[in-house]
Amino acid sequence: MGASVVMMRTPAETALIERFNAEKAGLPGAAEARAEAFARFEKSGLPSKRVESYHYTDLRSLLRNPAPVAADAVAAKTLKLKGFRRLGFTNGRWQGGESAPGVSVKPLADAYAEGLVPGLGMGQSSDVVVDLNTAFARDGVAIEVEAGAEARLHLAFSENVASAQSITPRVIVTIREGASLVLVQSHEGPNAVAYQVNEMVELRLGSQAKVEHIRLNQSGDKAMVLSNIAATLGEEAELSTTQLALGGETCRHQVFVTYQGENAKSAIRGATLLKGEQHHDSTLVVDHAVPHGESRELFRTVVDGTAQGVFQGKIIVRPHAQKTDGQMASNALLLSDEAGMSNKPELEIFADDVLCAHGATCGALDENQLFYLQARGLPKQQAEALLVEAFIGEVLEPISDEGLRDVLAGLVSEWMQARVVA
Amino acid sequence: MLEIKNLHVEIDGKKILNGLNLKVNRGEVAAIMGPNGSGKSTLSYVVAGKEDYTVTEGEILLDGVNILEMEPHERAHAGLFLAFQYPLEIPGVATMTFLKAALNAQAKSRGEEELSPGDFMKKVRAASAKLGINPDMLKRPLNVGFSGGEKKRMEILQMALLEPKMAILDETDSGLDIDALRIVAEGVNAQRDPNHAFLVITHYQRLLDHIRPDTVHVMAAGRIVKSGGPEIALELEERGYAEYIGAAA
Repeated sequence: MGASVVMMRTPAETALIERFNAEKAGLPGAAEARAEAFARFEKSGLPSKRVESYHYTDLRSLLRNPAPVAADAVAAKTLKLKGFRRLGFTNGRWQGGESAPGVSVKPLADAYAEGLVPGLGMGQSSDVVVDLNTAFARDGVAIEVEAGAEARLHLAFSENVASAQSITPRVIVTIREGASLVLVQSHEGPNAVAYQVNEMVELRLGSQAKVEHIRLNQSGDKAMVLSNIAATLGEEAELSTTQLALGGETCRHQVFVTYQGENAKSAIRGATLLKGEQHHDSTLVVDHAVPHGESRELFRTVVDGTAQGVFQGKIIVRPHAQKTDGQMASNALLLSDEAGMSNKPELEIFADDVLCAHGATCGALDENQLFYLQARGLPKQQAEALLVEAFIGEVLEPISDEGLRDVLAGLVSEWMQARVVA
Repeated sequence: MLEIKNLHVEIDGKKILNGLNLKVNRGEVAAIMGPNGSGKSTLSYVVAGKEDYTVTEGEILLDGVNILEMEPHERAHAGLFLAFQYPLEIPGVATMTFLKAALNAQAKSRGEEELSPGDFMKKVRAASAKLGINPDMLKRPLNVGFSGGEKKRMEILQMALLEPKMAILDETDSGLDIDALRIVAEGVNAQRDPNHAFLVITHYQRLLDHIRPDTVHVMAAGRIVKSGGPEIALELEERGYAEYIGAAA
């Protein structure tokens, strides 16, 4: 017995239901996965802050008006990187691109028609944002890196919208046994347009596959950006995923990693710089489902203005996942009195022979360090920039491509300079 | 070179310096000795421009210019240097990067060209070698994981590179073994010349065996209570600070 609670549907939820019913017949492939994902959404609705994992990012109140699907548009200028095969996307749609040896790329619709099933990267997790992407994704690509191949790809997403429109791409990458992939994913878009992105990348690592993934968020300053990474790790696979987030107004970056084979390793890192009224939430679920896994998480957040940062990191160690080694750290630097940061590390450990640790810190720049640098002749603003760049630099430092690392460090330095000018 | 007149300083409403007068001439090595809590470190921080302190009265003149209204970096540009008693660790900033930023900031303030990367490396390598600093240390984050002796040598390296006209060494001898002490002292002595002045702050006479001061000042309860030649240091070594603590109270 119990009182049954009927949540009132919000206008946004009603609109999404109407849209799905109107569009589903025309959505390309994966009908069953879409229907299942949407059924979960219909049941749960948009999560409010009463849902623990959305406590700091109340999607029910943040997503008021689901925007219409973005139209085709011409490509805008985007980041160019040396040494990477480039795949360009405009408003989520693949514009074609160079091929690379050992790599096949096809439109998502074709891959679905051939039987590719989305969502396998989620392991035992489920999430409403992911479900909405699964249900609505019509654009994107499926990439396969052949066994033993080495590839360097740049997925360059640029949004070219003049009004509030929604963009829902899905990328599914299969990295076969022993293959190695450096995958850069950059996102740029116009300022002053309240566009909505719900984007997802699945990374399926075969045994001994290696992936270094780097995501750059330079979305427009009024954009709502929901980004998702879901990775499964085969035996002895190694994944690193790093995000540098500078853009967007309201962002939630989710990373789900599931260990399927033993002796796999992952490193999940995030560098987030927030100013004005930005809100950025990094949420991780690392699921050690098998023994001998290693995971490392390092998140650094710099918060200025009245911006709000969120870090939620959950490490799950399943009953049989003995000898798991997990370490998680989230450090925040608050540059103004009104800036805020919420840190929520969670360990759910059901095995008894594991090594897991987490640490979270939050504070202002160290006055003594600043004074030391000033006493050596650095003006205060330069001393602050040096300390902030060093703080963020520790997250970017492991990136193997020097050119890319320099590009990212340059963006951090520009961010600090813009702060001084403002 | 450095002239401090009737300096009164408080922190959180507590008086630390109490009408301190001090003069250090060009080319002179002056030493300040005093018991713990006499305000020695406060004096060095106030001269370098640390914010936490309130100067309620007095002046600090560098070459006749009152520096009290200057920011710390402007004081550094004016030729002032403080070797910290506890050098700060700066994670994520390679020592070399920091040295370059400091040198360039000072060159810029004087309207000079920045050193070319090649010249900069040569200069740093040569100065490091003299101080027995392993070149690998320069790649590590500044002072992170350095031993006490390494940190103090790094302070002297910075002083050698920046060539300040007025250097204050705050308890540079603390935490040093005798070998490190000698290396640090040699680094200071190498820079002694008629155009540079030093103020060596120390609790013990030991450092002054290696850096021979021209003048010695005794500090107690926030004031200079006695000034004279090197013989004062020897007296203190023998008799301790008891009489000065009594006299100042």
